[in-house]
Amino acid sequence: MQVPAPFEYARATSVRDVLELLERHGPESHVIAGGHSLLPMMKLRLARPEWLIDINDVVELRHIAEDGDVLRVGALARHADLLASEVVGRLFPLVHDAEKVIADPVVRNRGTIGGSLGQADPAEDLTTVCDVLRAQVVIAGPSGERVVDMADFHRGPYETACEQNELITEVRFPIRARSGSAYEKVERRVGDWAVGAAGAALQMADDGTIADAAIGLTALGLEGLATDAAAVLVGQRPSEGLVAEAGRLAAEASSPVEDQRGPVDYKRHLADELTRRVLRRALDRAGATAVQGG
Amino acid sequence: MTTVQERSPMPQEREPNPAHSDPDRPIGYGRIQRKEDPRFIRGKGRYIDDIVLPGMLHGAILRSPMAHARLVSIDTTEALAHPKVHAVITGKDLEGLNLAWAPTLSADVQAVLATDKVRFQGQEVAFVVAEDRYSARDALELIDVEYEELPVVIDARRALDPGTAVIRDDKDGQTDNHIFDWEAGDKAETDAVFARADVVVSEEVIYPRVHPAPMETCGAVADYDPIDGKLTLYETTQAPHAHRTLYAMVAGIPEHKIRVIAGDIGGGFGNKVGIYPGYICAVVGSIVTGKPVKWVEDRSENLMSTSFARDYLMKGEVAATTDGKILAVRTHVLADHGAFNATAQPTKYPAGFFSIFTGSYDLEAAYCSVTGVYTNKAPGGVAYACSFRVTEAVYLVERMIDVLARKLEMDPAELRLKNFIKPEQFPYKNKTGWEYDSGDYEPAMRMCMEQIGYDDLRREQAEKRARGELMGIGVSFFTETVGAGPRKHMDIVGLGMNDGAEVRVHPTGKAVVRISVQTQGQGHETTFAQIVGEELGIPTDDIEVVHGDTDQTPFGLGTYGSRSTPVSGAAVALAARKVREKAKAIAAAMLETRPEDLEWEKGRFFVKGDPSAAKTIAEIALGAHGTVALPEGIDGNLDAEVTYDPPNLTFPFGAYICVVDVDPGTGKVKVRRFVAVDDCGTRINPMIVEGQIHGGLADGVGMALMEFIGFDEQGNCLGGSFMDYLIPTAMEVPDWETGYTVTPSPHHPIGAKGIGESATVGSPPAVVNAVVDALAPFGITHMDMPCTPARVWEAMQGRPTPPV
Ligand SMILES: Cc1cc2nc3c(=O)[nH]c(=O)nc-3n(C[C@H](O)[C@H](O)[C@H](O)COP(=O)(O)OP(=O)(O)OC[C@H]3O[C@@H](n4cnc5c(N)ncnc54)[C@H](O)[C@@H]3O)c2cc1C
Repeated sequence: MQVPAPFEYARATSVRDVLELLERHGPESHVIAGGHSLLPMMKLRLARPEWLIDINDVVELRHIAEDGDVLRVGALARHADLLASEVVGRLFPLVHDAEKVIADPVVRNRGTIGGSLGQADPAEDLTTVCDVLRAQVVIAGPSGERVVDMADFHRGPYETACEQNELITEVRFPIRARSGSAYEKVERRVGDWAVGAAGAALQMADDGTIADAAIGLTALGLEGLATDAAAVLVGQRPSEGLVAEAGRLAAEASSPVEDQRGPVDYKRHLADELTRRVLRRALDRAGATAVQGG
Repeated sequence: MTTVQERSPMPQEREPNPAHSDPDRPIGYGRIQRKEDPRFIRGKGRYIDDIVLPGMLHGAILRSPMAHARLVSIDTTEALAHPKVHAVITGKDLEGLNLAWAPTLSADVQAVLATDKVRFQGQEVAFVVAEDRYSARDALELIDVEYEELPVVIDARRALDPGTAVIRDDKDGQTDNHIFDWEAGDKAETDAVFARADVVVSEEVIYPRVHPAPMETCGAVADYDPIDGKLTLYETTQAPHAHRTLYAMVAGIPEHKIRVIAGDIGGGFGNKVGIYPGYICAVVGSIVTGKPVKWVEDRSENLMSTSFARDYLMKGEVAATTDGKILAVRTHVLADHGAFNATAQPTKYPAGFFSIFTGSYDLEAAYCSVTGVYTNKAPGGVAYACSFRVTEAVYLVERMIDVLARKLEMDPAELRLKNFIKPEQFPYKNKTGWEYDSGDYEPAMRMCMEQIGYDDLRREQAEKRARGELMGIGVSFFTETVGAGPRKHMDIVGLGMNDGAEVRVHPTGKAVVRISVQTQGQGHETTFAQIVGEELGIPTDDIEVVHGDTDQTPFGLGTYGSRSTPVSGAAVALAARKVREKAKAIAAAMLETRPEDLEWEKGRFFVKGDPSAAKTIAEIALGAHGTVALPEGIDGNLDAEVTYDPPNLTFPFGAYICVVDVDPGTGKVKVRRFVAVDDCGTRINPMIVEGQIHGGLADGVGMALMEFIGFDEQGNCLGGSFMDYLIPTAMEVPDWETGYTVTPSPHHPIGAKGIGESATVGSPPAVVNAVVDALAPFGITHMDMPCTPARVWEAMQGRPTPPV
């Protein structure tokens, strides 16, 4: 049995409680949510927190609520909650696309959106999802609450704007009319992390052109959005040629590294292939006139 | 992606049992639920980690982070100062006990704890004994080891290059990394056939390193009693008796003072045949501390240090005529054995039964040579349901037949049908010295083709190809070689590969069967009860099967190589028949007639011509133990014992066809359908047979598509966790479709052949053949496992890459 190094443990029941405990136990105290990223690292002794602050009883963080033109998702919402949510699926189908291929049911029953964003693993799927949906992250800290855009929140692999003494409390997704989104991932096996994945969100204008587009990649060496790829779409009428051009540009924006999951050229090919696939599907979902070759 | 599955209904009904009218008290062969399942399903199995003894301490192993390095120093002071640590044992300490090195099962030695060098990443360096498993692990971090790095040898193809670092400089006279050369067949004759053949195809075929990865990792609880000098050793072992003998030979504890207990074993697949350093350390830990010591490895330790499988680099060649008559096969194999030659196989067979690579075909000639080399990787090599390397052999020949079919533009199924050994040729002597006991290949092949709808699939494939869709159909036909084995040819470290069985019928007609083989999930407790039930007419429920305890069972070599039913099954059947003979004599005395005048019907003897004058087996049992006046030479019990020496191996076979779809954009392979038609001779419990096949097929899909233990240039193991070493889930495998034919073994008492490994042996080539078939439009003739999306995509680009 793999066993972690010794640590202390406290259970919090409110956001205030969490912040106090983090303050009290200092820099080596860490929040634990679903534990599906943190515990494996602790068992391998790659992570050695001195204190774990368990936030699973902080019930105020479990909501999924449509509120005007935003969808508010509490940081403790589980992968399984997102997957089961009708409103999530209706407004942001790519969340369901992604959740279906994140890990397996056992992990999804515990893992949370806050933990996923907080972990910021380069192969983690929800960061890309939140990127392309232009989500905002609410962070509570000793001096109050702040709201940061994903672009500012996600700073790179395993690095976010959330400091050790802070807590992600909510993720806010702007709801937009005539929009469509999609996510697709290639994995070697169910439950495996992505070899590569792509996500896209689009908004259509009344005249049938694309009003806004966002494209993101997972595990393919791109931080943030593939802006050039998205830019070629905006103001244009959807066509297979346009989609292909966006795919090409997304591949260009990627900078994957070789590992056991595959060599660089394959992964770059995936950036192209998967971008084209998610664009076609997102367009379709946005009600765009059918694109050829979908 | 969902696909429509066309399936023929699986027979779910319990097959009728003519011997008994009460369907809830089945007797003998048939589809019945396993006796052991209630405890497994309820979480009441007793695995190694469930064992808790009073005062028990916990061991943990410090392992080398490096693949090849000189040990400069080990400082254990701080670890010993840990308040909960009882002992820290190093290679130096073991040297004092003459236990730093232990013999392997292949006439080599293996370091128990490193003394001079470490030779693979994950090698055992020190052993900590502490009050709890957490403290033991914490203390590992307090041991300070200084290493001096040495150049590593990772690529087996470079292992014999001049100037390469010598891994085994501990061995006198060892100046390179060569272990053995071995050959079978007639080289000159084979070369001659190749020289005159119309067509020769050749291909580099790699069976990459994989790992059995049983659900339960390896472990032991050692309990040495210093007062009576008795060692009780609970172990995850597939071969308790062989282990006990080896401990006696190595550790100097007399054999009668050692009791090895293998409780429930959570999967073995060959991973639990050998003796691991952890077991020996637990024993030493118990002797040193005077308390029981438990050691259970974690998943990474299991994957990185225990017996791997395969790692065969093969050059395959086939010679044929233009009209598709296969004339000869030839191969040279480079076998990567890791840092110690620790494969578990019969002494005379350093490459196992690999020479069965002649497959199911009637050939004019065959020749193979195998060179074994050391590398800086974990030792092992014969594991993962391989039937002593038959897996590698079948993969090679079945891959090569497909390569030939492509070359000749023949249908791969037709090519096989054309070349099968014909039924009238059995027993068939092949060109490498095996005598196939029995077989009838064509009906199995035809049944498989029919069940899957072969012709329709080929039509569908043609239509899809025209549309640019990638669909593949893979055929494989295998002949297995199991049930080792005849003692004149086969031993493991000098122990003949025979097995004992003891049948005892109690006075009330219930029975106990004691066997030397060890279940790891195969269902021995049911199958062996059914064999005895079939012979004696006693309901399965009334027969207790005892195994896995050297104090309670007769000697024998254990369960691996699908040998339980072929060897122990025969022993049990013969013991039961001895009991029946004895029962006949007693029944005659009870009925006041002569034994010759009695007739047997499952469960009772009756007087010929007068069925009402009868004695049931229960009545006879009571008589035997009671006051019946026993005939001359018959003593007062209903017991018998047999040790079985098989006259030959058994040769199960099967026809497998797999259908895959490949995503042309991503290279992702989906196994759509898989039909397996198996022939294992007599089917004792068809449900258990199918269970074994289902498991093996999943193994096969795993190996073909994802399983792989890789290494980087520094010798770091890249497959050391289940995040990296992928095994298939229910999502990657289709609903299995099975069928069967029955060709009983002519030399086996009940005609049974063994089924434990057939599917693992036969299925990888079916899957890979299907993938390569799907990729035919790209002009490739071969790609190596694992067929991961990236590797398939590379093959589609016309550059399939070897995995090592
Ligand atoms: C076998 C397996 C397969 C997986 N496959 C995938 C996959 O394919 N795709 C994928 O995206 N993920 C995958 N995951 C990861 C899974 O989704 C994790 O659950 C998730 O990444 C982390 O969520 P968690 O709630 O478990 O976080 P935890 O493990 O509890 O925490 C992770 C990190 O986030 C911090 N944290 C947690 N909550 C907060 C918060 N509210 N505020 C600030 N910091 C916080 C913690 O301190 C810690 O540093 C897999 C995990 C496993 C075990």
